[in-house]
Amino acid sequence: MKAKGKNQGVQALWHRKLIGKVIRDNHILILMCLPATLFFIIFFYCPLPGIYIAFTNYNFRDGIFGSPFVGFKNFEFLMKSGQLWALTRNTVLYNLAFILLGNVLQIILAIMVNEIRCSWFKKVSQTIMFLPYFISAVLIGVLAFNILNYDTGALNTLIRSAGANPVKIYSMAGIWPFIIILCNIWQQTGYGSIVYFASICGIDSQIIEAAEVDGATSWQRIRYIILPSLKPTFIILMLFALGGIMKGNFGLFYNLIGPANSQLFPNTDIIETFVFRTMMNQNNFATSSAVGLYQSVFGFILVMFSNWVVRKIDPDYALF
Amino acid sequence: MKKNGVKMTASTAVVRIISYICVMFFSLMCLMPFLLMISASFSDEGIITREGFGLLPKGFSLAAYGWVFRYPKVILGSYGVTITMTVFGTILGLFLIAMTGYALQRQDFPFRNALSFFIYFTTLFSAGMAPTYIWVSRYLNLKGSYMAVFLQLLMTPWLIILMKNFARSVPYEITESGKMDGADDFKIFITLILPMLKPALATVGLFLALGYWNEWYNSMLYLGSAVTYKPLQYYLYSIINTAAQLKSSMAGAAITITDLPSNTLKMATAVVATGPIIFLYPFVQRYFISGITIGAVKG
Repeated sequence: MKAKGKNQGVQALWHRKLIGKVIRDNHILILMCLPATLFFIIFFYCPLPGIYIAFTNYNFRDGIFGSPFVGFKNFEFLMKSGQLWALTRNTVLYNLAFILLGNVLQIILAIMVNEIRCSWFKKVSQTIMFLPYFISAVLIGVLAFNILNYDTGALNTLIRSAGANPVKIYSMAGIWPFIIILCNIWQQTGYGSIVYFASICGIDSQIIEAAEVDGATSWQRIRYIILPSLKPTFIILMLFALGGIMKGNFGLFYNLIGPANSQLFPNTDIIETFVFRTMMNQNNFATSSAVGLYQSVFGFILVMFSNWVVRKIDPDYALF
Repeated sequence: MKKNGVKMTASTAVVRIISYICVMFFSLMCLMPFLLMISASFSDEGIITREGFGLLPKGFSLAAYGWVFRYPKVILGSYGVTITMTVFGTILGLFLIAMTGYALQRQDFPFRNALSFFIYFTTLFSAGMAPTYIWVSRYLNLKGSYMAVFLQLLMTPWLIILMKNFARSVPYEITESGKMDGADDFKIFITLILPMLKPALATVGLFLALGYWNEWYNSMLYLGSAVTYKPLQYYLYSIINTAAQLKSSMAGAAITITDLPSNTLKMATAVVATGPIIFLYPFVQRYFISGITIGAVKG
């Protein structure tokens, strides 16, 4: 017993010396990582204790740890009012639509671009199709407003010139899921297709040439060579996207709908927009934090799960 | 059309034609909103109010642009803020990311996995909007400071991973040869590695620059109306969202809202705020492509 204790002590000392040596040997590499490490500590790790707000009745005067502790009351309220469920449903359904529709269209687009032989046409069309990805979320809101608004929108101009009555799109809640999905597809499809396009280009050209010599038509080539070769990429991207299904695209939703058009909220409110509004417009930091924490926890579980599935399929692609 | 001596079959021709048509259609759909915006910005406010926007400018007029630059200090100030942040943020962020990315892929660096996970973890679990907001504004005391925007956009875990993947392709022998010459790791990084990372620096730098140029979110949270000159996209956001804002940002003078060509002015502001990035973009496009193909799956 005594000997073992002494042995442990020696080991610990030896260990500490070793660590000291390792640090001394690598001190420059450590210093090189220091700014980034500090950055993440300051902006991501330091706010973590603030999660406590979700369990308090936060008020500005008492601060985070001075405000009265209320346990799970904030969560209970959100559950009972049905808000949490509605937000989760919207966020998940929108993401499912974005992921499924988005990936399918990206694959179709990549295959079609691959069929194009005229090189300048390919180049120009790709440049144009990537363009929407590079503009700010604010501009997406502007472009949508320009087309959809009641008084001067291009769509209503068209409707008026056809002799019909213009429509108040910004007060029709039911139509917004389609508009939002359309905007997302408009912005992401061109850029997202690059990954698939790259893996089509990576297919061994001998296989395709052999198929052509054997008289395979374009369609057969797509069906039996290209599509199967895209399957792994598709599955992996899909799984990772599903891991992020609790996270919404705040910029897109916020700029399309705005903070005040509440008649659209039942169909368009996602977790992020709710969290933001509760915080900035109502100054209700406790509720906002509670929803944020709920999102972080379930988001974490989902990423872990999807990564576990990816690891089962192909460990090379797993994130960790 | 002949390829490898094999004649194109009818089915192949059909697939080709459909592809051309669909790609052309989708390209036009991508371009259309931009054309609408540009034509709206050159339209005459009076006709627009009566008839609405169309694909072609209605009654060509530069009045909206005249208003955008009527009090040039406002818009030029915004440009100044955004350009300054973009230039300095990209340079500083790029340097820090490259340094970290290189160190984290060094196989002889014992802490590489621990530190990589430490950085990556922030994408898995975060405190959320409200605790972060309280921390940054109340404890870091950055509310109303450009630093709140500048600092938070300096790096992302995804860009560090991207850089790490790029740096991995630089042969270890180069680091070793530097060690042989007695150079320390930082000197090896600066003199030997950095020049070899040029494509990576272009790609990561462009993502950083785009992040700064398109920034509006942190500005909305932390700057609000506390600063005289808003970053460009946030300035656009304010012009779009509040008529009152429109009036006050136009230096308040004795203008009534009805004098303002508010519909066309919004579009002209959008064109001015987006213009430079759209003109630059075709030249830098290929670097973004390498970004998504190298960083897509992992990250």
